[in-house]
Amino acid sequence: MKYLLLICSETADGFPGATPEELDAEPWVQEMTRRGVRLDGNRTRPAEDATTVRVRNGARLLTDGPYAETKEQMAGFDIIECADLDEAIEVAARHPVAKFGMVEVRPFWAD
Amino acid sequence: MRDAVKEAVAAAWSREWGRVVAAVIRQTGDWDLAEECAQDAFERALERWPRDGVPRSPGAWLTTTARNRALDRLRRAANENVKLRTAARLDPGPPPADQPGDRPDDDGLPDDRLRLIYTCCHPALPLPAQVALTLRTLTGLGTAEIARAFLVPENTMAQRLTRAKNKIRNAGIPFRVPPPDLLPDRTEAVLAIVYLLFNAGYAPGAAGPDQRRVTAEAIRLARLLAALLPGEPEAAGLLALMLLHDARAAARTDADGDLVPLAEQDRSRWDRRGIAEGTAVLDAALARRRPGPYQVQAAIAACHAQAEKAEATDWPQIALLYAELARMAPGPVVELNRAVAVAMADGPAAGLALADALAAAGELAGYHLLPATRADLLRRLGRDAEAAAAYREALALAPTEAERRFLAGRLADLR
Repeated sequence: MKYLLLICSETADGFPGATPEELDAEPWVQEMTRRGVRLDGNRTRPAEDATTVRVRNGARLLTDGPYAETKEQMAGFDIIECADLDEAIEVAARHPVAKFGMVEVRPFWAD
Repeated sequence: MRDAVKEAVAAAWSREWGRVVAAVIRQTGDWDLAEECAQDAFERALERWPRDGVPRSPGAWLTTTARNRALDRLRRAANENVKLRTAARLDPGPPPADQPGDRPDDDGLPDDRLRLIYTCCHPALPLPAQVALTLRTLTGLGTAEIARAFLVPENTMAQRLTRAKNKIRNAGIPFRVPPPDLLPDRTEAVLAIVYLLFNAGYAPGAAGPDQRRVTAEAIRLARLLAALLPGEPEAAGLLALMLLHDARAAARTDADGDLVPLAEQDRSRWDRRGIAEGTAVLDAALARRRPGPYQVQAAIAACHAQAEKAEATDWPQIALLYAELARMAPGPVVELNRAVAVAMADGPAAGLALADALAAAGELAGYHLLPATRADLLRRLGRDAEAAAAYREALALAPTEAERRFLAGRLADLR
């Protein structure tokens, strides 16, 4: 099954108290890619750089910022392919951000 | 004859429902289909058993009937080009590797109930859904009965069950006994759910017939777990604890439904057979020399159960067991119970010191049994004014009418 991992912070100012080394996801990315679990993923720029697009009555409506204003922020995403939710949870729990922020595990619709 | 057959079907319903559902889920991965086919199998039993006689092994008959029914329905659906992919799962190549609990039982069929209970108690499901799903799929209690037991509207409970089943399917929660690295935590969670079910029907003054059924089903589940997890003495410890508590149920409330404290209970109304069974199960668990919180709590319950009179209670032993429990599973409620035991073993002043420390720490703020305990100890020390204040504090916090009546009675006695 395919899952989207949303790598999130609990506060708008990122991960206070964590060092850059502690947040470095590169070893996780390498391990999970080697294992064949991680298909894709990236870091995303903060919400202040986001633009939200709507089309209503044929007109484009743009707003500055994310689609939902929350103090929790998305910092990145990964797409993984796992046997089941237990494996997806194991993979998510080993992401370095799980210790300082949180990781949402969201299943894809089955194709 | 017909009545005897009806009874046989009813008995099979409570004994075999979970096994039949579990077998069809394992075979098809479809929880709703499993419930429907289990239902069909029992209906067929009502038709066939009066004519053909009750089969030698009703569980095997029902499981086979339900599985054939599921196969039938999926084949028909596949022919209509509907559930093609579900049907494809019926021919999955080699079956999954054997797991504990899969040994064929005396009916010659593997038992999938252990898989089912671990899946129902998966930590990715919300706790109320874990509780409801465990009851619905393993015990065959109806949605309406479960809703009444937990005091929620039936459609709320139905939605809770549907959402849980949808999440199991859509999020890919596996139908299995967890692998060794996850097993200890998951077993702890399963045992906690079963104990929670037991307590749902055991709260003093809160228990109606629906709650009593939940308590009875919890004991049945604990028996099943103890049998399916022979290497886990905590499963047997939980069964022993529940048997020993349940053996005292008849004496816990008086004719008006008021709570009778342990010291004042009519011990001739305790169920001796339940106590004997609970003690035997506990002794067998303790012999494995891997104690845990349920075994220690059962040992405490056994100390109480074995005392012929309240005065004969071995309080020093109980205080030691609470100290052991506080070491294994530290928490303010355990500490409060230890305070009570220490008060009985070493005098009310020693117990009060522990209870006052808890009150000062503030961890149990809002929990009526802390001021109720302090009130009792102050009363025994002759400090009536302080006792009355503590009784009033407890009275304001007590959650059930039976407990409020009990506390009000004690307060009135002081004056």
